[in-house]
Amino acid sequence: MTERPRLAVVGAGPAGLAAALAAASRGVRVILVDAADQAGGQFYRQPAAALGARRPPAPHHRRRTWERLRAGLGRHRAAGRLVHLTDHHVWCVARESGSGGFTVHALRGPGQEEGVTVRADAVVLATGGYERVLPFPGWTLPGVVTAGGAQAMLKGGLVLPGRVAVVAGTGPLLLPVATGLAAAGARVAALVESAGPAAALRRAPALTVRPGTLAEGAGYAARLLRHRVRTLTRHTVVAAHGTGRLEAVTVAALDRAGRPRPGTARRLACDTLAVGHGLLPHTDLAEALGCALSGTAVRVDGEQRTDVPGVWAAGEATGVGGAALALAEGHIAGHSAAARLYGAVPDPRRRAGADRARSRARAFAAALEAVYAPPAGWADGLPDDTVVCRCEEVTAGRVREAAGTLGAGDARTVKLLTRAGMGWCQGRMCGPAVAGLTGCPLTAGRRPFARPVPLGVLAGLPDAE
Amino acid sequence: MNPLKRTRARPGPACTVTFDGRPLRALPGRTVAAALWAAGVTAWRGTRGTGKPRGVFCGIGVCFDCLVTVNDRPNQRACLVPVRPGDVIRTQRGTGRDDD
Repeated sequence: MTERPRLAVVGAGPAGLAAALAAASRGVRVILVDAADQAGGQFYRQPAAALGARRPPAPHHRRRTWERLRAGLGRHRAAGRLVHLTDHHVWCVARESGSGGFTVHALRGPGQEEGVTVRADAVVLATGGYERVLPFPGWTLPGVVTAGGAQAMLKGGLVLPGRVAVVAGTGPLLLPVATGLAAAGARVAALVESAGPAAALRRAPALTVRPGTLAEGAGYAARLLRHRVRTLTRHTVVAAHGTGRLEAVTVAALDRAGRPRPGTARRLACDTLAVGHGLLPHTDLAEALGCALSGTAVRVDGEQRTDVPGVWAAGEATGVGGAALALAEGHIAGHSAAARLYGAVPDPRRRAGADRARSRARAFAAALEAVYAPPAGWADGLPDDTVVCRCEEVTAGRVREAAGTLGAGDARTVKLLTRAGMGWCQGRMCGPAVAGLTGCPLTAGRRPFARPVPLGVLAGLPDAE
Repeated sequence: MNPLKRTRARPGPACTVTFDGRPLRALPGRTVAAALWAAGVTAWRGTRGTGKPRGVFCGIGVCFDCLVTVNDRPNQRACLVPVRPGDVIRTQRGTGRDDD
């Protein structure tokens, strides 16, 4: 190869940054393509530069790691080894016929109307994840936001949705969200977590593989106490109330089967509900390339290779496990891609540290996933008139009817019968709910494009040979 | 108290935009959604089916609930689009194309 090989890394969160730095420092020319205007992804999301923030908006986790990544990015850019394309929304990655290379198709700028293509010899998909939210009556009211959405608006826009917040659902994300909202001046009326301490105790040995992360959790708990945030475990939000916007939520204790216990309902006044039930991997680009999935995540080998030659994947796209796992996987992917692009076999000894970090983080993530599983009976009591598909306004009753009376046995048939999943978000929001209500497995979306593409951009593409 | 004070932010000068004809001050760097939230506005869309109010939900461009009409262009995701001086922001009803 006379020219240095080119590696496209899609996503500039922890996994993408780690992959880009590992590959760039091994002589590969890296093109880092990301939708945001600054590197960091959701985890290291920074306030918009024009806001002139001089301190982070929330207690900062792993600040030193972020500073190291940012410094590395700057160094490689200055040396001409790395190009960082910001504000580039990737809608498809395609394998070129013949050359063995890839074309990354993106839309540039806030309007997302200008098509851009980037060619590369190999690709690392570090596309991250998005939030799973299970429906309940009132979850479409303005003032109800996802936990991650509340955090994104706070971190990036330095803005609060209201004055009195309830943070609810399940998962480790709820802790920094409640802490961040409280530190930014919201009154957090309650943190409502459906998991109970017993679930964590049962998995205590597996959780101790990452004592640092446990300490981080304890730090959040201490801050919640300081802000006088009440934590209700084994509780869930049963309904959100309001006309035009959120005014209150009803929460209730859960029984052993994960159903609201009669007589335990209580109403909490609030103007903001930040709610989430864990994350799901973004796999659209991998699926369009033909990469095999394992459950809802991209399947990778020990080098983070997918089963499509030339395509690596790292971070939440390969299974949700948090920033530490994403960093380890990204590093391994970048290291492997660089070696393979030069026709070498990567030396496993040179990534032994990252391998160990990955193993520990995966064990920890598996234990967390078990602790923070949404309550098993969440769908049982969901009223028939609850909107499930937010885009097409399809109710729980119609989804149940499709699976029950009409006999739909998979999410695709439910979609054809009810339009659930046929709207703007293409089932990203209602997919888990449809699966839970019908008993159909939660399958990958099989979306040809990862985001809406203007017809003019499609029409302007050169003809395939 | 508020996030700007907490971060000791020194934002650039605020600009003026309108939301449904009403002038609002908006800080540079914020998205349309963040600017509307900061002005106390949480709903800026009526759904296609039942006309129910919607605003930000996912905050990261995945759910499409925050669609809004900006400078006569409907279906803009308010959580992604940066606010610009003089923007004319309107509540989007239905597909946003009925009033073209």
